[in-house]
Amino acid sequence: MKTNTTFTSKALNALGPLLALILIWGLFYTFGNQAIGSSEGIESIVQQTVVIGIAAIGMTFIIISAGIDLSIGSAIALCSVIGAKMAMAGSSPTVVAIATLLTGAVIGLSIGLLVVHAKLIPFITTLGTLLILRGIALGLANSQPINAQEANWLRFWLNSLPENMRWLIIPPGGWLMIILAALAAGVLRFTVFGRHVFAVGSNEQTARLCGVAVDRIKLYVYMIGGAFAALSGLMLVSYQGQGDPTGATGYELDIIAAVVIGGASLSGGVGSVFGSLIGALIMTVIRTGCTLNGIDESTTRIITGTIIVAAVAIDRLRRKSA
Amino acid sequence: MSKPVNDVARLEMRDIRKAFGAQIALGGVSLKVQAGEVHALVGENGAGKSTLMKILSGAYQPDSGTMFVDGQPYAPINPAEGRKRGVGMIYQELSIAPHLSVAENIWLGIEPQSGVLLDRAKMRTEAQTTLAGLGHGDIDVDMPAGNLSVSHQQIVEIARALSMGCKIIVFDEPTSSLAQADVQRLFDLIDQLSRRGLSIIYISHFLEEVRRLSSRLTVLRDGQSVACHITQSITDDAIVAEMVGREVKDLYPRSQRKLGEVLLEVNIPNRGTLTLRRGEVVGLCGLVGAGRTEFLRAVFGLEENVSQKITIAGHTHVAEPRNNWLHRMGLVSENRKEEGLALELSISDNVCLPALKKIAKLGFVSPSTCDQHTDEWIEKFGIRCQGPQQAIGRLSGGNQQKAAIARLLESDCDILLLDEPTRGIDIAAKAKIYEIIDQLVADPVRPRAVLMVSSYLPELLGVCDRIAAVRRGQVGEATPVGQTNSEKLMRAATGV
Repeated sequence: MKTNTTFTSKALNALGPLLALILIWGLFYTFGNQAIGSSEGIESIVQQTVVIGIAAIGMTFIIISAGIDLSIGSAIALCSVIGAKMAMAGSSPTVVAIATLLTGAVIGLSIGLLVVHAKLIPFITTLGTLLILRGIALGLANSQPINAQEANWLRFWLNSLPENMRWLIIPPGGWLMIILAALAAGVLRFTVFGRHVFAVGSNEQTARLCGVAVDRIKLYVYMIGGAFAALSGLMLVSYQGQGDPTGATGYELDIIAAVVIGGASLSGGVGSVFGSLIGALIMTVIRTGCTLNGIDESTTRIITGTIIVAAVAIDRLRRKSA
Repeated sequence: MSKPVNDVARLEMRDIRKAFGAQIALGGVSLKVQAGEVHALVGENGAGKSTLMKILSGAYQPDSGTMFVDGQPYAPINPAEGRKRGVGMIYQELSIAPHLSVAENIWLGIEPQSGVLLDRAKMRTEAQTTLAGLGHGDIDVDMPAGNLSVSHQQIVEIARALSMGCKIIVFDEPTSSLAQADVQRLFDLIDQLSRRGLSIIYISHFLEEVRRLSSRLTVLRDGQSVACHITQSITDDAIVAEMVGREVKDLYPRSQRKLGEVLLEVNIPNRGTLTLRRGEVVGLCGLVGAGRTEFLRAVFGLEENVSQKITIAGHTHVAEPRNNWLHRMGLVSENRKEEGLALELSISDNVCLPALKKIAKLGFVSPSTCDQHTDEWIEKFGIRCQGPQQAIGRLSGGNQQKAAIARLLESDCDILLLDEPTRGIDIAAKAKIYEIIDQLVADPVRPRAVLMVSSYLPELLGVCDRIAAVRRGQVGEATPVGQTNSEKLMRAATGV
């Protein structure tokens, strides 16, 4: 009986962001333009969420381990450039995907090595890599977007669904995000590695005392973050039809906000992949809702900011009283 | 119960009740403290002392019940209002702003101003006067408070309470981080404060402190005030019996132990040698800072920059936590909060952490298997909790410690290194831990070996088979308990 109460409260913790999402969406639908509930509206929300959402899956690992990666936006841009260039050069989809994901993992590995072996603070380290990666992206692309309109296999993931594929309801990229999230959530909850990530984030000293290979876990976590950033970069190419070295600017904040709205703690040890996805959806719904209702950009930003702060504040209050 | 008093009490708390969700923390507590009295509050961890004091300070509001200060209704909505009404708290963990000066700390939150500017001159002189009044005119009021010793920081906190005009001061386990000489000075200071007419509420696990300081004491058990006694007219045994609700007969059980093979051999250059056999408890005693903990940590490979070879059951390897767990040796840290436990994580996560690889199949762990294993330890050790998924940070210290020991057994450890295993936990939990240690080394099927560090000699003498004194980083000869006593050990530890 007693076990049930803790399970219920855990379920409620995950439900909080979901309820907020439904509430915000419901408000826009009831009092504003009902296009937000149309199939085009939902498709557009998914298209915009996938880039942030996929990166947020990787960021969830990093934040649970009490790390942070501010350079994820730059990594997404760099990988979008690499992906677009290779695709246009005629490399096969498999080669492009593997090469881009490897690039992302190597970026993550470098950050991890700096954090683990040079014992630098992740915040500062990734503030540096934010600039470095952006610089590399600009250099590779000669500061020009790389057109990838013709890479059909890449466009397929986030394009509007053709008539004969309507049964998918949302673009394949959306399904990819959901499947990866389910896998990631499973890894975090049901594998030794996942439990070690939580342990390192909750109390690194305890983890070390208990024989957890703390350094190795951190390296893996940043590599996972980098690989998801790379995939997110490919999705950006898919969505925009180009690899943009100046793209994804400021995405790091959206991604971190999504993870935190989803219930993660920046001090580590707490967080959930599904929460992060819902966090990402909340941000897109606000943006789409505002656009559909003709709310201007300045007001949209103020509303988004307010909702981020409110969501986190409500969450903290709820936890305190629990 | 307390005798009827005619004059108005300095503080009266009547039938205070407080619940957190379904958990009843206080189920009706009454407390009456007179002016100039040192009133002790005793009870096990989880009996409700902290909750009661948080209500008194204003940090929590009671669900029902009333409070009076000098006969006036008192219902603070926050600690600031509590202090304004004269209630000050000195917590176990001091709340000093380390970068601010002593004077700034004393005046924190009530800074005197002349116009819009701070009245620095007044802050300095009055801080000096207050400290001098406490017999500590020697503390430099301009020094950053973080540079002071712990005992002097405590004096600064007391000075802060006095500057705010507090007439009721609560001391929550104030001696836990003090050296012996400072403890004596603190006691003299508390006597002096009560002679000035201040009311002191003194919370401690140490009955000898309660006896030394208090005129009356109130016993809490399971969120209720069980009784109020005149300290002189009640025996220690009777107090303990009231605290735990039954009689504790034999604090240090000692079953028939059978010595087995050598399990652990340590030879650390310049630090000493030690062997540990199956079926025995070896203790390390010594003064704080003598290097007992460092020795234990070096054995476990937790000392930075020290690479140490140890021999477990005949196999020699470099001491490193991961290796040690594989060789069935585990350590319980002296610092539960910072090192021992991951407080946000569940009991199950904490207990199973080093054993995950053994529990897992192909890298996958089933949370429900972990919960089942944890449930067994919860039952076996009597860990009071809501279930294996409860965050371990929510348990009382004693129950956290039982879980920390369960972690070693879940990992099948034969060698248990315990660093201050009963620090800061209540007497019933201590008794349980002594019982667990005894059962482990006396296990007829598979006796374990225990190496423990403790600052409390009676505990070592009660639990151990052999005790070694550590002095200046050197571990001495381990002497059988039958051939030693606390005096001899103190001599060895101090080098007299």
